[in-house]
Amino acid sequence: MTDDSRRVIVDIKGVAKHYGDGEARVDALRNVDLRVHAGEVVALLGPSGSGKTTLLNIIGCIIDPSEGQVSLDGEMVYDGKWLRGDLRRLRLDKIGFIFQAHNLLPFLNATDNVALVLQLAGKTPAQAQARAQELLDYLEVGHRARAMPALLSGGEAQRVAIARALANSPRIILADEPTAALDSKRAGIVMDLLRKLSSEQDACIIAVTHDEKILDRFDRLFHLRDGRLENDKGDTP
Amino acid sequence: MNLAFRDVRHNLFRFLLTCLGLGLLMTVVLAMMGIYNGLVADALNIVKAPQADLWVVEAETQGPFAEASKIPGDTRDAVARLHGVAQAGSITYQTVEAPFEGATLRLYVIGYERGRLGGPQTIIRGRGLEASHFELVADAKTGLVPGDTLILGRNRFTVVGLVRDTMNSGGDPAVFLTLADAQVLQTQLAPPAARVQAARGASVTSGATVAAVIARLDPNVDAQNVAHTVRQWKHLSALTQAEQEDILIKSVVDKARKQIGLFLGILLTVSAVVIALIIYTMTMEKLKQIATLKLIGASDRVIIGLIVQQSLALGAVGLTLGLGLILTVKDYFPRRVLLEPVNALALAGIILVVCVLASGLGVRAALKVDPATALGG
Ligand SMILES: Nc1ncnc2c1ncn2[C@@H]1O[C@H](COP(=O)(O)OP(=O)(O)OP(=O)(O)O)[C@@H](O)[C@H]1O
Ligand SMILES: [Mg+2]
Repeated sequence: MTDDSRRVIVDIKGVAKHYGDGEARVDALRNVDLRVHAGEVVALLGPSGSGKTTLLNIIGCIIDPSEGQVSLDGEMVYDGKWLRGDLRRLRLDKIGFIFQAHNLLPFLNATDNVALVLQLAGKTPAQAQARAQELLDYLEVGHRARAMPALLSGGEAQRVAIARALANSPRIILADEPTAALDSKRAGIVMDLLRKLSSEQDACIIAVTHDEKILDRFDRLFHLRDGRLENDKGDTP
Repeated sequence: MNLAFRDVRHNLFRFLLTCLGLGLLMTVVLAMMGIYNGLVADALNIVKAPQADLWVVEAETQGPFAEASKIPGDTRDAVARLHGVAQAGSITYQTVEAPFEGATLRLYVIGYERGRLGGPQTIIRGRGLEASHFELVADAKTGLVPGDTLILGRNRFTVVGLVRDTMNSGGDPAVFLTLADAQVLQTQLAPPAARVQAARGASVTSGATVAAVIARLDPNVDAQNVAHTVRQWKHLSALTQAEQEDILIKSVVDKARKQIGLFLGILLTVSAVVIALIIYTMTMEKLKQIATLKLIGASDRVIIGLIVQQSLALGAVGLTLGLGLILTVKDYFPRRVLLEPVNALALAGIILVVCVLASGLGVRAALKVDPATALGG
């Protein structure tokens, strides 16, 4: 199986990002190229401060690159400037985020946290509720559907957050240390789940992780060092 | 789903507590408005009570409320004979202190001629004056009830009836006596020097003076014309009812009005700052959640809705609580608290503006927040 036989979902070319100017300038990313295909699960590794979160945020259209091109799901979205006016709509349709801390809205119960993104995308409340319940069942937290986030265990909350990330069937799922709050057993379960999702929904998953125990669950590992990207297995990224 | 409502429901206790605080503040603001209205209404009450058209008073005075006025007791006959006058009555006003059940009552004594203008309007308990001496009708605020007796000057009076909302601009409740009794009381309570003069017979008419003569005119008679006639008489002047009310508001109520107006202004400013602060902090506490909302793709409209709806709810519930509270406690105030619908509306308008402005501050902060803050490190 060659990578080129599959659809490229994330295509980053020559991306650089620096913060600040002059003496205070930090080069968080330098000339990064990255291609991720549908159905792939890849890991971003690297020491603290190496630029992992920065890269994830650029793919998520949250921060502007200083240089380079970003194209998502076949559409060029950044080339010197954002080519889409409504980045939030782009995120809503194409990207799901899984945070280290689950970031569920504390005033909505599990189902409504998931249903919210569905409604924001234009589903009716009834459709949204039904699909949310379906997703929670799929992630095996259906029995906690009415619980408020504060009453969920770490693993349950993380699975609700994953359900929310998946709700609009995004092509790209970005996860920043998705398993940091979980024990190794639960971390394994979450990773298996993400793998399953990527193949079932033909989505790509890019996860930042420090977690040695789950590295065997990834198709490819990318190392960031001082803002430069290296592929573990020696492939061209 | 309505995010504002969900968030409020999630923190219901805190939201209600905030509303309660705001409600108390609104209560004070409404009380201030009510006291001001009451002050004006009370001051005018005493002028409006006799339902007169014309006030005949001492020349070059604006009596009998704004300035002292003293005219001969027989003026009433002359006024009654004027063309166009239907009824006339002599009237006296004075403030006295009387001991009652261990405390001192400050009373506004109104003397009037039974059967003529100037008596109590609506008796709410007991009856009007029937005997020519030693009976009185009191305002309910005095705490007196029919059957009570009380010493005024050197005579003991029996309370025979009660009226409501009759007091002078200082808030002293009124008691009605017959004119004769009131005149006697006037000499008994006069300063010693004047009493000595009176005993020597220096001023024969002093016992028979009155403060004013009030007149009701025939329909279609111009009060200004009659007043003009009276002004040509020696030692007398005349004011129409409208002029009298005007004078009272200007001279007697004006200072109180400025005082209360200033206080009201300060209170409203404080309320505005407090509301703005509450709403701003409410938003600030939610910044991380707002960042999350942006990250998962919520539009600005959703975020603005969340903030504006919550602040409007806060204002509305606070105002409702304040209104409810003031309507419950208003009768326990020492001065009359008179609230008109227009006051509540005005306050609602002010609160609306403040809430919208304050949520503008919150919205500004919310729209500036970077969705990346939701992701953390
Ligand atoms: N908003 C910012 N302003 C200035 N410098 C920043 C900003 N965000 C990140 N940096 C810097 O850019 C570099 C890369 O940061 P980044 O957050 O991407 O690292 P990371 O690999 O995610 O680290 P960690 O593993 O600690 O989360 C760091 O040196 C960091 O200090
Ligand atoms: Mg990071």
